Amino acid sequence: MESLTTRSVMWFVLLILAVMAAALAHDAAFAAQMVIVAIAMGAFLWWTLYSSKVDTAGNWLRAPSDEGRYDDDPVRWGVIATLFWGIAGFVAGLFIALQLAFPALNIEPWLNFGRVRPLHTSAVIFAFGGNALIATSFYIVQRTCRARLAFPGLARFVFWGYQMFIVLAATGYLLGVSQGKEYAEPEWYVDWLLTVVWVAYLLVFVATIVKRKEPHIYVANWFFLAFILTVAMLHVVNNLDMPVSLLGSRSYPVFGGVQGALVQWWYGHNAVGFFLTAGFLAMMYYFVPKQAERPVYSYRLSIIHFWSLIFLYIWAGPHHLHYTALPDWAQTLGMVFSVMLWMPSWGGMINGLMTLNGAWDKIRTDPIIRMMVWALAFYGMSTFEGPMLSIKAVNGMSHYTDWTIGHVHSGALGWNGMITFAALYYLAPRLWGRERLYSLRMVNWHFWLATLGIVFYAASMWVAGIMQGYMWREYGADGYLVNSFVETVSAMWPMYVARAFGGLLFIAGAVIMVYNIWMTIFGHIREEKPLTSAAYNPEADRPLVAQPAE
Amino acid sequence: MSDTAVETTVKGHKRLERNVTLLGAAALVTVAIGGIVEIAPLFWIDNTIEPVEGMRPYTPLEQAGRDIYVREGCYTCHSQMIRPFRDEVERYGHYSLAAESMYDHPFQWGSKRTGPDLARVGGRYSDEWHVQHLIDPRSVVPDSVMPTYAFLADAPLEFEHIADNLTALSYIGVPYSEADIEQARQDVIGQADPDVSPGDLGDRYPGAQSRDFDGDPDRITEMDALVAYMQVLGTMVDVDSAAAQEVLAEESGR
Repeated sequence: MESLTTRSVMWFVLLILAVMAAALAHDAAFAAQMVIVAIAMGAFLWWTLYSSKVDTAGNWLRAPSDEGRYDDDPVRWGVIATLFWGIAGFVAGLFIALQLAFPALNIEPWLNFGRVRPLHTSAVIFAFGGNALIATSFYIVQRTCRARLAFPGLARFVFWGYQMFIVLAATGYLLGVSQGKEYAEPEWYVDWLLTVVWVAYLLVFVATIVKRKEPHIYVANWFFLAFILTVAMLHVVNNLDMPVSLLGSRSYPVFGGVQGALVQWWYGHNAVGFFLTAGFLAMMYYFVPKQAERPVYSYRLSIIHFWSLIFLYIWAGPHHLHYTALPDWAQTLGMVFSVMLWMPSWGGMINGLMTLNGAWDKIRTDPIIRMMVWALAFYGMSTFEGPMLSIKAVNGMSHYTDWTIGHVHSGALGWNGMITFAALYYLAPRLWGRERLYSLRMVNWHFWLATLGIVFYAASMWVAGIMQGYMWREYGADGYLVNSFVETVSAMWPMYVARAFGGLLFIAGAVIMVYNIWMTIFGHIREEKPLTSAAYNPEADRPLVAQPAE
Repeated sequence: MSDTAVETTVKGHKRLERNVTLLGAAALVTVAIGGIVEIAPLFWIDNTIEPVEGMRPYTPLEQAGRDIYVREGCYTCHSQMIRPFRDEVERYGHYSLAAESMYDHPFQWGSKRTGPDLARVGGRYSDEWHVQHLIDPRSVVPDSVMPTYAFLADAPLEFEHIADNLTALSYIGVPYSEADIEQARQDVIGQADPDVSPGDLGDRYPGAQSRDFDGDPDRITEMDALVAYMQVLGTMVDVDSAAAQEVLAEESGR
């Protein structure tokens, strides 16, 4: 693949295939998706030719890789992609939140709630979260292995292939391409693309660990490894589909009914457990000690909580199916393991928080540390709330209500959001070689706006959920149900408005972050009363170059 | 330190920390156990799905309606799973049985009720109500927050290749007969066009209702398909029949 000819022929063949698929498509949505693929392939072809430097023999010249430096280009792109998809996903969320309060905002057919909601969930989990995970894992694995990224070409494919997956999934939802399984809505061809990208991701990550210069694999990398492997397993099994035609967008999942439900929630819950927990714990295990300038609190605790977390999480899926037609034994098993899961979850929180032992004053002086601590606090809160909601007696009331939505968001906005923001603030000056962030005061602003936003969000959804749950089951003295369904809908209105307001605050914070990082990238520094942040020595931030054999 | 020296001095967990293959293999085994123990038995334990009288695959028109239901993401607001609670049974009807979704690929049990459960919505409202409600939900339920789906009434149903859909479903275990697949296209017309005889549709799909669903007898629209699907939901099994009650009486675990 080193020669220019091979590369351009490959892009050209893919371009032709996409055009043919678009021309022969059985449905309009598939044709539209293939046109998007064709445009992307055309762009890659153009870029390959445009940026090529060829010697007289027709060989493609590549700048020699400097083993004395980390390969940070994919990380920089990843930071920018995380910011971009973050804003896109948050705005989609605000939009559907407003649709629930003001249904006139539904614009049929493309912008109806049912199509935009998967767009929101996929954009924040897979586009924002996924890009943050890929970027930070590439950053962390290089630093903790003291080695440059393996397979640089493949690493770039991982980044761009993943963006392609996002674009196809997102445009598909709006066009009505969905396989109707929550958090696994993309259709078969998008699933296949993601599978290829994910295997490439695993290869790059593992090969970088293999070429490490440190004898030990750092704990953050255990979590990343478990996350990549498990997500591969979940994704492949849950997306076993029978496509109707290789030229059409529709497929039918192999597992249906009861089995389909359990496979889906085995996937769905562990998308939370491994995508949103294990992967983000890996971020925590690197960035918290670095920013606090302290070692991880307990090595033993990290071993215990790593193995128990990944072992227990996978069992918890059935708690999404309490009192359904799923066999009772599976429900009970899911509940018991969900409750047990509380302990390893808090193991991670304790290990993170106690890392600040002796440096607690930094919460006052360092806004990035403050964000990290807050993220861990939210992690602890939602991993307590989760086991509680998984108890059948509680779940009987809370299931199907907005309480679930509130629970998800206290985890997603509080834990995943805050730890990602902190990581981005940590990364930006280092990746672009700046003295410090444009403004640490703005980080503080972001912190408070986001916190206030989450408070509005979580509180309104608690009230909404508990109210819904009890209104649905309210009986009058006459022995009849008190509320018609629609009365429970109209009762939600104030809470839906409050929730949207919370989301607006959260977005406002994120916009400040984008501005702050934007200015940092361009090398500006805001004049302001100083706040402290972790020191950075660019000279030490290098791989260990090969040393003579012992 | 040579490799053999490492082998002898490094023990226990530290071995894993030095070998990415061991670490990855151990992690994969650890995460595989839970799924295998919980999911695999569902495929061979007989009482996972108690057989009940009346379940049949969807007609091509109903399946096309179901595909629209999936496409529009209706499951993001409507569940199709009535739990065995007094209030739910009184509000929505008999609690859902596992067998009732045995031909559902994908299952659409849902996880959120912004709107009511639809597992037994079939036959509860007239076709006209459904059409009116889908075109403008607030014209029949003033406080509804549901989006409008007026475009369905204008969108002709594409069923040129509908036999392929049935073929794909038959590959994954939905018992469509060869006749069902061969006549799939004709079955759509027979079920939705009042001027065309449904033929033996009712023999192959017991209880299938044939009529113009969307109030526009001249053409077959996506509205026809979706309303046909709405009207069959929860109606296949007669849960109040003596035979069904006997089976249910023996059911344990819920």
